[in-house]
Amino acid sequence: MHDMSTQAVHHHEPTTFIRKHVFSLDHKVIGKQYYALALVAVLTGMVLSWIMRLHLGWTNLAIPGLHFLSANGAPGDVMTPEYYLQLMTMHGTIMVFFVLTTAPFAAFGNFFLPIQVGAEDMPFPHFNMMSFWVTFVAFLVLISSFFVGDGPSLGGWTQYAPLSAVGAVGGPGEGLGTLLWAASIGIFCIGQLLGSLNFITTTLDLRVKGMSMMRLPLTAWAWFITSCMGLTAFAVLMPACILLILDHVAGTSFFVPSNLVINDQLQPHSGGSTLLWQHLFWFFGHPEVYIAIVPAFGIVSHVLITNMRRPLLSHRVVIYSMGAVAVLSYMVYGHHMFVSGMNPFSSLAFSFPTLIITIPNTIVVLIWIGTLYGSKLRINTASLFALGFISMFVSGGVSGFFLAQPSIDIMLHATYFVVGHFHMVMAVAAIFGIFAGTYFWFPKMTGRMMNETLGRIHFWLSFVGTYCIFMPFHYLGLAGNVRRYQAFVADYMQPLIPVHRFITVAALFTGAAQVIFLYNLIHSRFWGKPAPDNPWEATSLEWSTATPPPFDNFGGKHPVVYHDPYQYGVKSSVGDYVMQTSPEQVATVSEEK
Amino acid sequence: MATTVHEPPQIDSQRPKVSYSGNGGWRNLVPADGDLRVAREYSPPASSTGIWVVLFAVTMMFAALTSALVVRKGSSFDWRHFTLPSILYFNTALLLISSVTLEVSRRRIADFMGGLKSQSESPARWLYVTLFLGLLFVAGQYVAWLQLRGEGVFLATNPSSSFFYVLTAAHVLHIVGGLAGIIYVIRRLSRSVLRRSTLDATARYWHFMDALWVYLLLLLWIKL
Repeated sequence: MHDMSTQAVHHHEPTTFIRKHVFSLDHKVIGKQYYALALVAVLTGMVLSWIMRLHLGWTNLAIPGLHFLSANGAPGDVMTPEYYLQLMTMHGTIMVFFVLTTAPFAAFGNFFLPIQVGAEDMPFPHFNMMSFWVTFVAFLVLISSFFVGDGPSLGGWTQYAPLSAVGAVGGPGEGLGTLLWAASIGIFCIGQLLGSLNFITTTLDLRVKGMSMMRLPLTAWAWFITSCMGLTAFAVLMPACILLILDHVAGTSFFVPSNLVINDQLQPHSGGSTLLWQHLFWFFGHPEVYIAIVPAFGIVSHVLITNMRRPLLSHRVVIYSMGAVAVLSYMVYGHHMFVSGMNPFSSLAFSFPTLIITIPNTIVVLIWIGTLYGSKLRINTASLFALGFISMFVSGGVSGFFLAQPSIDIMLHATYFVVGHFHMVMAVAAIFGIFAGTYFWFPKMTGRMMNETLGRIHFWLSFVGTYCIFMPFHYLGLAGNVRRYQAFVADYMQPLIPVHRFITVAALFTGAAQVIFLYNLIHSRFWGKPAPDNPWEATSLEWSTATPPPFDNFGGKHPVVYHDPYQYGVKSSVGDYVMQTSPEQVATVSEEK
Repeated sequence: MATTVHEPPQIDSQRPKVSYSGNGGWRNLVPADGDLRVAREYSPPASSTGIWVVLFAVTMMFAALTSALVVRKGSSFDWRHFTLPSILYFNTALLLISSVTLEVSRRRIADFMGGLKSQSESPARWLYVTLFLGLLFVAGQYVAWLQLRGEGVFLATNPSSSFFYVLTAAHVLHIVGGLAGIIYVIRRLSRSVLRRSTLDATARYWHFMDALWVYLLLLLWIKL
């Protein structure tokens, strides 16, 4: 633990607008910048999904104004099959990288990790600032592909070779679009590596007196574990992107096999391994799933504990489970490749740890539910979204048991069953975690409360809407509805089109419900009720400082930690909890009293 | 639910008096006075931990490229062997010597900071030597690429040459990062604001790049 009294302040409070709000070194400003970036990204990704859903429900429907986005991709406002794939690629890439990685990890982690450990800032604030701006540039590079040549890449967010590596001959966007994609993700990796460096060193080295590792809140643990995963995963994805770029621009043959003929043209490559890209990509790709979800584990635990007014059944087991998930995530990645032509024995080897990884995940869920049982949960928007997270995670996770088995996965792999599975277990679950974190921490971040009534309306519309969108995907998949098709013309899929239309309406409805959230967010930011320092009667360090926190987080003081992170259900001078920084000695109160 | 109240750790505001000369190992867990209570409460400057984090990421990056090389070589019959340019061995010697000079420099600066050496001796001298050797290594690698180009071996000639250029270029980029670190150390030293942890972190990084190059040379020698 670091003795803060001997630690110099890294930088002084800036005075100019540029240094205060744009190129800021303050982790809190950087956290908000990441959040704003994620907000822009999620709105972009959501609009793309709307356009795709409209096309899937009513093929050849003219979507007014679409030709402004791409004259070639949507002549007469009707999208071409290729343009559908281009939008799908961008939807996946934007959501996975710039929303699910950015918001729960980089945004909340930047704002709250230093405060929760009692530090004044991250140890390398310049790297921290760089990590955001590098990520921002990566986003701009990706978005720029909409406006160059024949549009963005159509290879899917996984960019499977050889399609992704052959260049413009592969189709619209496969030239410059894919290059920009690979450049963007390569740059994004640099940003995340810089972020991970700061997160790990903050957790290990900047903890205040009394803050042992086991006294860290579960959010801090989640961000720490996530940054360890990110460090490993993004360090592998970056060279993979470099090799992909070289196949494009330098004529190398890392991923393009011999004798490949595309559009009647023999490709000038030889001997490349298409499986090599998949191995490199999924070695990053599967841990990425947990990079999105583990911070949400932390947030949901943090929010639920505060509102249950009792600690989890076991603090340590949740930490160990998150650690186990992190380690196992690197051993299961091959389950994405059961139908890739990989050796069937490899499938078996990857199937086993895939089933094993459900154990730590199940343990965490059971600990949440076991602690919830009999608790007097305070119902508010944050706790509702935390419960919603558990619901989504379990509903989506159960379908994972089917997909983990190669024999079943071969049937379901290219169908909407998989789309339903990962959207629920990873995407929407993580989004619910982000919402829980937003409603919970908004008062601390801005100094104002969000509107509770609007929050609850937002929750229920989102919760019901999400199930309406993604549960039918499972039925479509079981009925054999293939994914990545822009139209369903085969006879056996015709009866499924009404289901697609229902999903489209549900997606538009659920998306529109997010306007309530946006209104609440912006309105509360400026005109919300002023927030007290500790509105939720919580115990961790972020609630022990002013709202919003001063520049150096604790107003020149160096907090000292006396207690474990979640001391609820006790009798103290302030109520049924004692803050980590309070020297007060307290006694446990049994539930009956 | 047990509630435990702990007394705040009693630590002197002064750091334990640790003799840094020649140590600076991982996390400095055992201080010279052997007081383990102090050891528990002591945390190194973040750059000490940070450099290991950086080196881990670098390791993962080169591990990924190594596995790509192994898979690519085994996946097809188009792999052609070629002889490594002999200047690589000279470059290797330069890099190994630069590690020695940096270590000499690190120890001298440590002594200088501890007041064991007089200020009349410039502590930065060996840093300049290291910097020069590093620059020479970069130039040497460039000569190696020129030699290969002269033999008609280009980036896209064969997967073996592709990996040669990718691995050596990636390593040289990291070496350039190390040179930037050494320049930073020299500047901080000249202004008398150099932190010991910064010097140690730069040295660890440089030694690691040295070891990484030896590994890469062996890999290229065996596989190409």
